[in-house]
Amino acid sequence: MIAMTSWFTAESLPFVWFTLIGCLLTGYLILDGFDLGVGVLHLIVPKDETERRLSVNSIGPLWDGNEVWLVTFGGALFAMFPYAYATAFPAFYTAFILLLFALIFRAVSMEFRGKMHSKLGRRMWDVGFGIGSLLAAFLFGVAGGNVVSGLELNERGDYTGSLMDQLSPYPLTCGLLIVLLFTLHGAIFLYMKLTGDYQQRIANAAKVSWVLFAIVYGIVTIWTLASVPRATENFADVPALWLIPAFNVAMVGLTGWMVWRRFAFAAFLCNAGSIASMVILLAAALFPNLINATDPAMDLRIVDAASSTRTLTIGLIVVGIGLPFVLIYTTIIYWTFRGKTRLESHSY
Amino acid sequence: MELFAALDTVLLSRLQFALTIMFHYLFPPLTIGLGVVLVYLGLRYVMTGDRLFRDAQKFWTKIYALNFAMGVSTGIVMEFEFGTNWSVYSEFVGDVFGSALAAEGIFAFFLESGFLAVLVFGWDRVGPKMHLFSTMMVSLGSIFSAVWIVAANSWQQTPAGHHIVPVYRRGEPWVVDGELMMRAEITDFWAMVFNPTTVIRLTHTLTGAFIVGGSLVASVGAWYLLKNRHIEFARRSLNGGLIVMTIGAFTAAATGHLQAKITYAYQPAKMAAYEGHFETGPGHLTVFGIPDVKNETVRYDLSIPRAYSFLLKEDLNAEIVGLDRFAPEDRPPIWIPFVTYRVMVGIGTYLIVLSIVAVVFRLRNKLYTHRPLLFLFVITVFLSLIANHGGWVACEVGRQPWIVHPPLQWTGGEPGVGDVVVDETGVVQYDETQGLRTTDAVSKAISGEQVLGSLIGFGLIYGLLFIVWITVLHQKIQKGPDISEDADTSSASVEDLLDISSSRVSHSKHMIEPNGGSGA
Repeated sequence: MIAMTSWFTAESLPFVWFTLIGCLLTGYLILDGFDLGVGVLHLIVPKDETERRLSVNSIGPLWDGNEVWLVTFGGALFAMFPYAYATAFPAFYTAFILLLFALIFRAVSMEFRGKMHSKLGRRMWDVGFGIGSLLAAFLFGVAGGNVVSGLELNERGDYTGSLMDQLSPYPLTCGLLIVLLFTLHGAIFLYMKLTGDYQQRIANAAKVSWVLFAIVYGIVTIWTLASVPRATENFADVPALWLIPAFNVAMVGLTGWMVWRRFAFAAFLCNAGSIASMVILLAAALFPNLINATDPAMDLRIVDAASSTRTLTIGLIVVGIGLPFVLIYTTIIYWTFRGKTRLESHSY
Repeated sequence: MELFAALDTVLLSRLQFALTIMFHYLFPPLTIGLGVVLVYLGLRYVMTGDRLFRDAQKFWTKIYALNFAMGVSTGIVMEFEFGTNWSVYSEFVGDVFGSALAAEGIFAFFLESGFLAVLVFGWDRVGPKMHLFSTMMVSLGSIFSAVWIVAANSWQQTPAGHHIVPVYRRGEPWVVDGELMMRAEITDFWAMVFNPTTVIRLTHTLTGAFIVGGSLVASVGAWYLLKNRHIEFARRSLNGGLIVMTIGAFTAAATGHLQAKITYAYQPAKMAAYEGHFETGPGHLTVFGIPDVKNETVRYDLSIPRAYSFLLKEDLNAEIVGLDRFAPEDRPPIWIPFVTYRVMVGIGTYLIVLSIVAVVFRLRNKLYTHRPLLFLFVITVFLSLIANHGGWVACEVGRQPWIVHPPLQWTGGEPGVGDVVVDETGVVQYDETQGLRTTDAVSKAISGEQVLGSLIGFGLIYGLLFIVWITVLHQKIQKGPDISEDADTSSASVEDLLDISSSRVSHSKHMIEPNGGSGA
């Protein structure tokens, strides 16, 4: 076993991993966020087969590498916080099964749509792609909203509420927020990959998405401050935490400005910053818990949900070896497929 | 609602897991096997410059990509189901099992899916060498993935490198309803990864995957020969596929034999279920029979006397532990393992016979025109897939009633050598704290209604996907490879001419030159 530095002690390791799974989640939301957004826009913006193919092929080489971030986030949660995994997944049973259906549909839609000879067949998979993306984005938001506002957990850590409890207005609004956020993200990405008339229409879609997103963002923020007390407890104790939402608001504003100025890459980075700060906000709202319960005595705390020190250490070694490689070849692949999307003989 | 309340979440969750994993398991063997084929074709292209290899690689890449998309999207389901349906299991094994899954994510999935982009979309964007490198990384990723999954699965069968400890919460041992919560914690990572059955199980599983890849290539080649299309491509495909299959079939038999021995050593109840071996004593090898579980016998038993004893212990008279050493609640179901194990072994035997016959025909230069034999090759890919599934189902159902199999003790201390240690009633005693029963592993917070709903959903969606998958696969194979404008006559750069001459040489001598089988 490697010698642990004073940073990685038995006491600190669960929090190191709390940070790391936060990073995995951020990586996932930023990367898959734009391709889910492209899926949502697919329902509205493209007008003909060429435009649809351009959309699908803009994310063709990238989407499944992006989704691996989710798989790895899930794997890391399972490994490093088995009790959080075992609490959240059955609690969100119906939502997560629907999420799976959505992810399956959008994945195979991209593969199958181009192989359909009939127009109807292609349209069917187009709709599958769009609805799958929309539903996935929505469900992520709903789950996030519920984790913040608190789940009904019993002594054993099992969920005792019903599906309808999860569909209360606050989490539903969070779902809408994520849909709009990803749509905006996807529109900015598409703007970078397209040219001509289609790009113009995407630019307008980006503006509309930003406006709608900003409105819902405002609503969710006020709602959280006003009636989700658990989310703001930490902020009362540590006022410095207010810097995070301040940064978030700045990023949202900057994204809008860049969208109007058509600095697409800068807009993409600002929106990525906005997504990252939302994950940090979520973490700050939950800390020291991983999952909030409606009864605070049943909260699932980071330290209690964590695996043994040995497993956390092994995991750290695995990530230490693996992650640099992942970052290197992710960069190579994004570099290889840089520039405007072209339709080639090997495209979808 | 009354009806739904009575629904058994364990049974439904097991059905759902069986459905989703069996559907998923169509694709990993195909991609692992085809991945090696792609590497071989890419390598040959870079080495010889023969366009046919590149065209062939493009053709198989399209089929690979289709299977990969199916594999990824159905694979994510498996990860989710551990949490949604089997949360008690996840709590029990997360500390141990989780690190293998995390390693799979970091080391295998990123590699595979990242370079897949270059493999599928990068033909015109990167050079042939970078393309070959990407192909290798994709193939390596799919094999790494198998390594971690098989290691994790093997740990469930033959746990090692861990201890069982109480769980702490708020600094105190966590007690729910007077019961102390326990979990497995890792003590030795490598002992967990290389637990007693990992290596042999991995070898056997990968061999099975290579056979599937080889038989798909051979099947398509044979189909074109029957249809008199893409002749050169078809011959090379059949030839290469045949070599992989032949090596694979013999390796599968050898590794299968070793796996049977190690299964007997660590899970004798499972082995007894495979063989319908109810009574401890010398074992016969049943070729055909119908197990009669109630009367604890095999009816219409056509068996080779004592062959089972000989295979397991190289001794015709050796005593083999039977199901009678196990309490009824510790016995696996008989029917499913018995039948599926026979399906696997039967198809394996068929593959060996077919390979030998085909190699003989090939050496006499009659393989490419022998229509009945070609037809057999066309259907063999389905049989190979069925054999893969048979083996897996037998292995997993044979593990029941345990989701994590507790270790058992043998007289003399060495697994599989003496007899199992039994209590005064003659029955094996398991240490229940070391294992986990499937019935105890299911999530407590889910209802039968929810699981039934999701099971129906998966059934419908997977049914639809299966139809579309088969249709698209069929279309792609019907369409066939895009063979470049015949290089023999056009595009006459000096290099091309050199390539053509070398490829002509290889055409004329590939009768005797075995040009496949790089991965078996």
